[in-house]
Amino acid sequence: MTEENKIPEAAGPVIHVSPGPHIHSAALTTRRMMLDVLLALLPAVLVAFWVFGGYALAQIVYALAGCLGAEALFTAMRKKPFSLMDGSAAVTGVILALSMPATAPWYVGVIAGFAAIGLGKVIFGGLGNNIFNPAMVGRAFVMIAFATLMGASAYVDPDSSIQALTRATPMTAIKMMHETTPLSALLIGNTNGSLGETSAIACILGGVYLLWRRTASWEIPAGVLLAVAVISGAISVLHPDSSWGVLHSLTGGALLFGAFFIATDPVSSPVTPKGKWIFGVGIGIFIMILRTLSGYPEGVMFAVLLMNAVVPLINRWTIPTPVGGPVPVRK
Amino acid sequence: MDYIANLIVIALSAAIINNYVLHYFVGICPFIGVSRRVDMAFGMGCAVTFVITIASLLSWTLTYFVLRQGAPLTMWLTGGKPIDLSVLNYIVYIFVIASSVQFVEMYVRKFFPPLYKAFGVYLPLITTNCAILFACLKISSHVSGVENPAQMWGVGQALTLSFFAGLGFTLAIVIMAGIREELDHCDVPKSLRGAGITLIVAGIMALAFMGFTGVDRGLENVLKKQPVEDTADKQAATTAPAPQDGQSK
Repeated sequence: MTEENKIPEAAGPVIHVSPGPHIHSAALTTRRMMLDVLLALLPAVLVAFWVFGGYALAQIVYALAGCLGAEALFTAMRKKPFSLMDGSAAVTGVILALSMPATAPWYVGVIAGFAAIGLGKVIFGGLGNNIFNPAMVGRAFVMIAFATLMGASAYVDPDSSIQALTRATPMTAIKMMHETTPLSALLIGNTNGSLGETSAIACILGGVYLLWRRTASWEIPAGVLLAVAVISGAISVLHPDSSWGVLHSLTGGALLFGAFFIATDPVSSPVTPKGKWIFGVGIGIFIMILRTLSGYPEGVMFAVLLMNAVVPLINRWTIPTPVGGPVPVRK
Repeated sequence: MDYIANLIVIALSAAIINNYVLHYFVGICPFIGVSRRVDMAFGMGCAVTFVITIASLLSWTLTYFVLRQGAPLTMWLTGGKPIDLSVLNYIVYIFVIASSVQFVEMYVRKFFPPLYKAFGVYLPLITTNCAILFACLKISSHVSGVENPAQMWGVGQALTLSFFAGLGFTLAIVIMAGIREELDHCDVPKSLRGAGITLIVAGIMALAFMGFTGVDRGLENVLKKQPVEDTADKQAATTAPAPQDGQSK
């Protein structure tokens, strides 16, 4: 206050009034965040190349073609500024490709990309407005539309020269045949599965990078992993003779990939810390419900979409109280 | 114990797994029409829950004692000759639903005038809400034409189904209202604003709810500790595509 008092009377105090946020960083752009995510996805992509060879490259090309093509086409149709350079469509494409089975034909990837960007994002007004995670909308779309090409049996190709493809995915193996995949294979990633999900180590590496850069909020993956650990711990207490333990639940399937890369999408997740916890724990609970009870071997995609739908309500119920301020009134 | 397990499965199946709006796509009219604000949507959900419970209770009573083949009333009137009056199901149910909607309308107009004004035409339109008729018909399919009397639904099952179906409707419409309030700030194409984008969002939500395929059967196996035949839904099992994963293997 003393500083202001020294200002000469004639000039009058200069007070700039502007809405928050008042602290900004020139480095914190959409493009930087998206490059961070792409960098974090790199270990998973490399493992996918190592395990699935040319299949991985092909799926990434299909999904990227679908996503980038749809983004260019639909933004032009809606007469919006050209938005390919911010990298968000590329991130959607890579995440989508890494969540596909290796053997899916080219049109599945392209259609999934179009559905992801068209139905998942542009129709709501582009980046920042989408309610649901675009990549998961695209994957759910083709999962229902091409059930035989995306289901558990489509992952297995007994005649393939790639060894991973000749076996069932770890989640299908435990659900249908009650065979437990060794923990080392789940960690390193030389198992069958969606392209990016096989290696727990690669997902953790990328995830830790995202959390360290604060591109992803730590509350969401923490909530997901906590919920899954608690529920699978309870299950293994009830069934002590089962060889599928808590660590298998945590490292198997798409859980780590989903927790670090899919659930943390800043647009379709809650904004408040408390809301992020609720969001993460909800995803974890739904994943375990779907894994243990539903007809599908894995439930990450459905769990993320289900929780995306309640994000507006979570945001509404977890408005934090400003320090010293009045309790916010609910509309 | 089996009875309780049966009730739990019926309740969760009606409310979430086979959600009336997002799995059967019934009751879309108020789902689109009254989902603009969360509080209105919640009021609508409560009204539908009330009507669906009352109507199902009444229609179960009528089906059980009058309409089904071998019902006590017709047996007594005809001196022991079983008559099947279930052709009258639709007319009777519509009467029952319309009269219970009248009750709700009078109650809401008297005690919640702002809500009454907000509902507008949608309150009397609960009469034609197919979710309610759907629940009544579903109960009747478990009452009339059931060979084994042990499998015939009692009033407990009927009440559970209808009440939780109403809760499921409330859940769906409140979630949709939350999303639609958010959509007010979004740059949706002009041609799709309102009902169009709502239907698209409902479609994506229905995709998400497809994940629950088979959860009712899994729940039943867990609760009863033995594989039991599918009580969930014979109609769904025949019309819906077979669960993609797992069960085909």
